[in-house]
Amino acid sequence: MIEPLIYDLSTPGRPGHRFPDPDVPESALPEGFARRELLLPELSELEAVRHFVRLSQLNHSIDTGFYPLGSCTMKYNPKVNEDAARLPGFAFTHPLQDPTTLQGNLALMHALQEWLKEIGGFAGVSLQPAAGAHGELTGILMIRAYHRDRGETQRNKILVPDSAHGTNPATTTMSGLRVVELPSDTRGNVDLEALRAECDDTVAGLMLTNPNTLGLFEEQVQEGVGRVQDCGGLVYGDGANMHALLGVVRPGELGFDVLHFNLHKTFSTPHGGGGPGAGPVGVLKQLVDYLPGPVVEEVEAGDEDLPPLYGLAMPAKSIGRVKAFHGHFGMHVRAYAYIRSNGKSGMRAIADHAVLNANYLLAGLRGSYKVPFDRRCMHEFVAEGQFEGAPDIHALDISKRLMDYGFHPPTNYFPLIVREALMIEPTETESKPTLDAFIKAMKEIAVDARSDPEILKGAPHTTPFGRLDEVQAAKQLILCCRPERGSA
Amino acid sequence: MAYIPHTAEERRQMLEAIGVESIEELYADVPETVRFPDLDLPDPAAEMEVIEELQLLSGANLNTREAACFLGAGAYNHYIPSVVDHILRRSEFYTAYTPYQPEMSQGTLQTIFEYQSMMCFLTGMEVSNASHYDGATSLAEAVILALNFHQGKRNKVVLSPGIHPQYREVVRTYMQGLQLEIIGDESLQSQPGDHLDERTSLVAVQYPDFFGNIHDYSALAAAAHAVGALFCVVANPTALGMLKPPSEFGADVVVGEGQPLGIPLSFGGPYIGFFTTREEYVRKMAGRLVGETVDSRGQRGYVLTLTPREQHIRRGRASSNICTNQGLMALAVTVYLAAVGKSGLRQVAELCYHKAHYAAAQIAALEGYQLWNSGPFFHEFVIRCPRPPAQINQALVGYDIIGGYDLGSDYPELAGHMLLAVTELNHKEDIDDLVTALAEAAHD
Amino acid sequence: MKFPADLKFTVSDEWLRVEGNTATLGVSDFAQDQLSDIVYFEATVHVGERVSQGDQVAIVESVKAAADVYTPVSGEITEVNQALAQSPELVNSDPYGGAWMVKLKLGNPSEVEVLMDSAAYQKNTEERSR
Repeated sequence: MIEPLIYDLSTPGRPGHRFPDPDVPESALPEGFARRELLLPELSELEAVRHFVRLSQLNHSIDTGFYPLGSCTMKYNPKVNEDAARLPGFAFTHPLQDPTTLQGNLALMHALQEWLKEIGGFAGVSLQPAAGAHGELTGILMIRAYHRDRGETQRNKILVPDSAHGTNPATTTMSGLRVVELPSDTRGNVDLEALRAECDDTVAGLMLTNPNTLGLFEEQVQEGVGRVQDCGGLVYGDGANMHALLGVVRPGELGFDVLHFNLHKTFSTPHGGGGPGAGPVGVLKQLVDYLPGPVVEEVEAGDEDLPPLYGLAMPAKSIGRVKAFHGHFGMHVRAYAYIRSNGKSGMRAIADHAVLNANYLLAGLRGSYKVPFDRRCMHEFVAEGQFEGAPDIHALDISKRLMDYGFHPPTNYFPLIVREALMIEPTETESKPTLDAFIKAMKEIAVDARSDPEILKGAPHTTPFGRLDEVQAAKQLILCCRPERGSA
Repeated sequence: MAYIPHTAEERRQMLEAIGVESIEELYADVPETVRFPDLDLPDPAAEMEVIEELQLLSGANLNTREAACFLGAGAYNHYIPSVVDHILRRSEFYTAYTPYQPEMSQGTLQTIFEYQSMMCFLTGMEVSNASHYDGATSLAEAVILALNFHQGKRNKVVLSPGIHPQYREVVRTYMQGLQLEIIGDESLQSQPGDHLDERTSLVAVQYPDFFGNIHDYSALAAAAHAVGALFCVVANPTALGMLKPPSEFGADVVVGEGQPLGIPLSFGGPYIGFFTTREEYVRKMAGRLVGETVDSRGQRGYVLTLTPREQHIRRGRASSNICTNQGLMALAVTVYLAAVGKSGLRQVAELCYHKAHYAAAQIAALEGYQLWNSGPFFHEFVIRCPRPPAQINQALVGYDIIGGYDLGSDYPELAGHMLLAVTELNHKEDIDDLVTALAEAAHD
Repeated sequence: MKFPADLKFTVSDEWLRVEGNTATLGVSDFAQDQLSDIVYFEATVHVGERVSQGDQVAIVESVKAAADVYTPVSGEITEVNQALAQSPELVNSDPYGGAWMVKLKLGNPSEVEVLMDSAAYQKNTEERSR
């Protein structure tokens, strides 16, 4: 059931939103700069509302159904977070106001900085990076700056596991450093011997995701980290999977020199259809001065009567700003509310139930799906989306068929080291009945793959849209409406 | 435990199915010496307590509903039609994931396609991506596009001093690992045109510039093209409601901050960086992109396309690592532009323009104050103050007025000058009150 | 999967047909199978350009991957397959024929000797697929 494009709904002369008339004398418009044509739609408010509401109904979302997307952590987005972010003192404050008029916001950011330090085992935190990849870039730039500051400009290699997310090597190249790929061993860990062979004084650092993208805790993580640090390199942690470590272990204590947090994964801020996220970074003592800024500091200590006075400051050897203003404050508010709601005991409970749910799914699916690297998983695991005796069925087909059961498919084709990968992460907010329904669906699909493969190949059958032709989209690029000139 | 649904009985059944006695057994791989730290965090709070605490924190700020705001400098206090937040609050939009499975994400995909379309029409460019984090990072991405376009063979980037100081800082932060010469903004008097040669990859300017000035960049664009460089314009989208788009004076890339289009100030973020360019550069453009296609039933639909560009490493050249767009913010912009429409955006722009010019004229007439801008300006202008701007602003707070941006720290030549912004939310009475307050603040 | 006996191959899945002092280059059947539906081809060199061993000469893109194409030999580009840009799907249907990408005059014919022959390449692809 397709929804017309907004330009197709537009009618010239249709009255929309009204603004007041000017209450000041009008000034002459600048000569030579007048805009002649402005192709924006003309809809009534009701037409616009119906358009967007109908479009929303074409989406699957966490609030609609289960989303076992590995690595994305599609947990419930608490509604109190949404109300909190909209409080006027948060929503209607300008970033460049005098800090004395912003003490509530600065106190919130300072508290969040402190809590992330505590959760991660770090000495410093910057809330400025806007997303995970942004936090990664920040982390690698900090590592580079640290070595240059010590005159060690020969350190230009970053070691990256082959199971890493694509942003890891891309970040390295952007920072002017060289990627050296490390293979995984048969247990799904980074190959320690390969790591050892690369460790010399040209290594700037190692990028590691732990638990890794297979959902497995790196069994020799301390040893791997130690070897890199012994040869003078630093270790960057991709905190996408921090979820499974809350209250269980602190990356700082495992030796990670810098880590980015994903507030939109671990800390429940909503994914918004693809953003905004937030990717604060935490660092151990030797990198504190290099953090991007500004960060929030206590300018004057408080006492029994007065709260501290907060201000913004650039760290002494900061790599610089990574975006304008202070970061995604709207997401900081939501993460603050989430951490306050869960508290100390809640952090551990999150990890416990995320890991419990994932292992429960693993136990339920292990018989029907091949799980390479079959050991205790953390909060997610990777299964192969292919079957003996069903050569035409791929992970894609299983994914599309899951939609007919009302589930969003798991992550497809990542990590690259597993063929036809299906990465499954339930998160802690899903109940046992939901998990049981998912196991049942996956088992039925496994049976159908052999007895009725066509039902998978033709899936999805019950969604508003069938499979979309991605080849055509790439070959015949249509990236923009083409309303007739003169009618819009 | 907030939001965790398990009963004790369910936990027991699940542990049995897994084959362990306790959840703790599942952490066998975590080194015992560092396992289960005692976190120094507050105890859990009930929802009621959480919102009360946040209301107190919110109340400990001065917000733009309580005070008249004349502060701009890259973030603007505009009216947001109520429909915008109502649509943004729909669960199906904000709790949805990135639309990698298009059959279940046509809502998100079509709204991004509409966003891309509207941004193209607004800027006069031919393609738009699904957005970057903000205006500053969009500019950094424009530099990366230019470097890729020249295949890494050009290493000079020229930035106008009229570009937002924080944006120029961000470009330098992003590029610190690459051996680039980033020049042109050493002083207020620096002219980008003086620095062009065959090593120049990109020339960038702002429209209107950081001081609100409106310039015609046609000659500079032509000069950039003459040496084979790309020309990038950082544009204010509200201004584009009434000013001719940068496509008309030779822009190759138009980027900027989309916050004025339906996104609240929110203390600096989340915002949205728009990125538009000509069709010939589409494969050099980073970020997500939505394209039109058909489904197996013949229906028109939308998908993420050209996805291999994302995070792909090109040997010897800079590459963007961007993995996200500002999804929900792009939706906000789309709904805003749909709500205000063609005539509404023009109305907003003109209201800002007229009110700013009224304010500037009144202030210029005050003793001790002087209007610094000499040519046409949009909704921001610079005034020279009789006392340090920080002191003036402190006095203004007493009148429930949020004053302008102190330019001294970014532009030493403009010490003692303040950048004021006026929008449709500033009533004539607010402006008159500002003028009165400024007059009184001129004296100690 | 085809591995024509008269061609040389590289570990990065390019093929080379050498005739006298000229060579024709493309990507192998194995490569197109890995990439799946090719939607885009662009030559990044022009006729007359001198290239060194290992330089990039083209880009191919499918819906799931983008791949840079490198020349294993140095020389001067004599022809570029413009028709392939119009019909990139030829890489899938005719990787060794219609989907040739560039031709060049060899700068150093001895560079060809280190390349794999068809049998060695086939073995190489089998090892990588395991």
